[in-house]
Amino acid sequence: MLRPFAIHQPMTVSEATSLMRDYGDAAAFYAGGTELLIVLKEHLAVVDHLIDLKRIPGLDEISLQDDGASLKIGALATHRAIERSVLVQRRLPVLAALEAKVANVRVRAAGTLGGNLCFADPHSDPATLLSALGATLTLDNGTAQRNVRADAFTTDLMTTDREPDEVLTHITVPLPGANVGTGYERIKLHERPTVSAAAVITVADNLIAAARLYLGCIGDAPQRLRDVEDVLVGLPALVTSGERVKPLIASLALTYDTPFESARYKRQLASAVGVRAIAAAVANAVHPQGSRHAV
Amino acid sequence: MPSETMMRLRTTINGEDIELDIEPRELLIDVLRHRLELTGAKRSCDSQVCGACTVLLDGQPVSSCCTLAYEADGRTVLTVEGLAQDGHLDLIQAAFVEQAAIQCGFCTPGFVLTTKAMLAENPRPTRDEIKHYLGGNLCRCTGYWNILDAAEDAARRLAAAAETGS
Repeated sequence: MLRPFAIHQPMTVSEATSLMRDYGDAAAFYAGGTELLIVLKEHLAVVDHLIDLKRIPGLDEISLQDDGASLKIGALATHRAIERSVLVQRRLPVLAALEAKVANVRVRAAGTLGGNLCFADPHSDPATLLSALGATLTLDNGTAQRNVRADAFTTDLMTTDREPDEVLTHITVPLPGANVGTGYERIKLHERPTVSAAAVITVADNLIAAARLYLGCIGDAPQRLRDVEDVLVGLPALVTSGERVKPLIASLALTYDTPFESARYKRQLASAVGVRAIAAAVANAVHPQGSRHAV
Repeated sequence: MPSETMMRLRTTINGEDIELDIEPRELLIDVLRHRLELTGAKRSCDSQVCGACTVLLDGQPVSSCCTLAYEADGRTVLTVEGLAQDGHLDLIQAAFVEQAAIQCGFCTPGFVLTTKAMLAENPRPTRDEIKHYLGGNLCRCTGYWNILDAAEDAARRLAAAAETGS
């Protein structure tokens, strides 16, 4: 049985942030509830006021920015809405494919991208890919907006840069150029991914000209492997090139022992998944149509 | 402790308009099971993993154990009780019976409703697409093969019904 609480259904972001300032620690923003309701059921948090953001018009919109170079995804867009968006399927298929495999269909029907990012569970898919793609998160406290890079948003275990009275309103994702490939790969043993990796690879003259590689799930936040990226640049743009950095990924991955997974095991998985993500990104850059987006 | 004001819930459940006063904290599964005596949705994992509590909210499968009841306001809810018409099982239920896709039956309402949502989106799913869509429903009796057969059979029945216009 949930403890009693009041529901507030603001119609604007400023109304929502004002309610949050009024109730302070006794309140929580509420979107899909896929994480929050479980926390409340377990009595891990006491919340007297739920501020439901779902009635605010426009927060769930998915659109192409005017310049055509980036996608704007409302934070209240559900995983299902993103998975089934023709715009996302056409312009950023790697994200549509990722979203299609988040948890299960019921979680995807209720859960939102913004809620997922703000809860910041490390065992989650979107943050790692959005970090690699160089996405930007926009936060609004009712009077001012500010932007945070996706890879700077999670600051600690399940902790983000968001101030309590800020609403994450949307995520802006720059669309990869014609010679840029993306890959997202993961290993999932239970409901949530165990290890994940996202790669964004730029190819020029049959060589890897630029690379971004992030590992997810194994630490407190998605982690960038710059030293691996440096080694990748200049290698031939072949799907096998990632094999060269496999040991380096394993040695650089920051992780720790947990009761069910040793650090050594996770480093080993991370290197395998990292190599797969690089291979998928290279294939996607070289043959965008024939790319695979296996997750 | 907040002053918990009651909320008026106006919703359509299995085609019937319902009005109820509810507490904000009430979960959809409790309103269905305890107030309306619709016990098809089962509480099991209580955390969106097993799918035994699945109902369709505006056609989308949701976990009624993790959905606040007020979320159904102004929307339509379909539970397994709403499938049969005039004492006749609907074609998905008939397929589950025909394929012996039921052992203890606890998970069956969730599987049947998830299959209904899948076929509404994708009337001719492949076996892999069925596995993906039903992947979040668990059968503790492990009778998965017959369930997959039943979903395929339901798709065939749907196609046949569309052909005859019935």
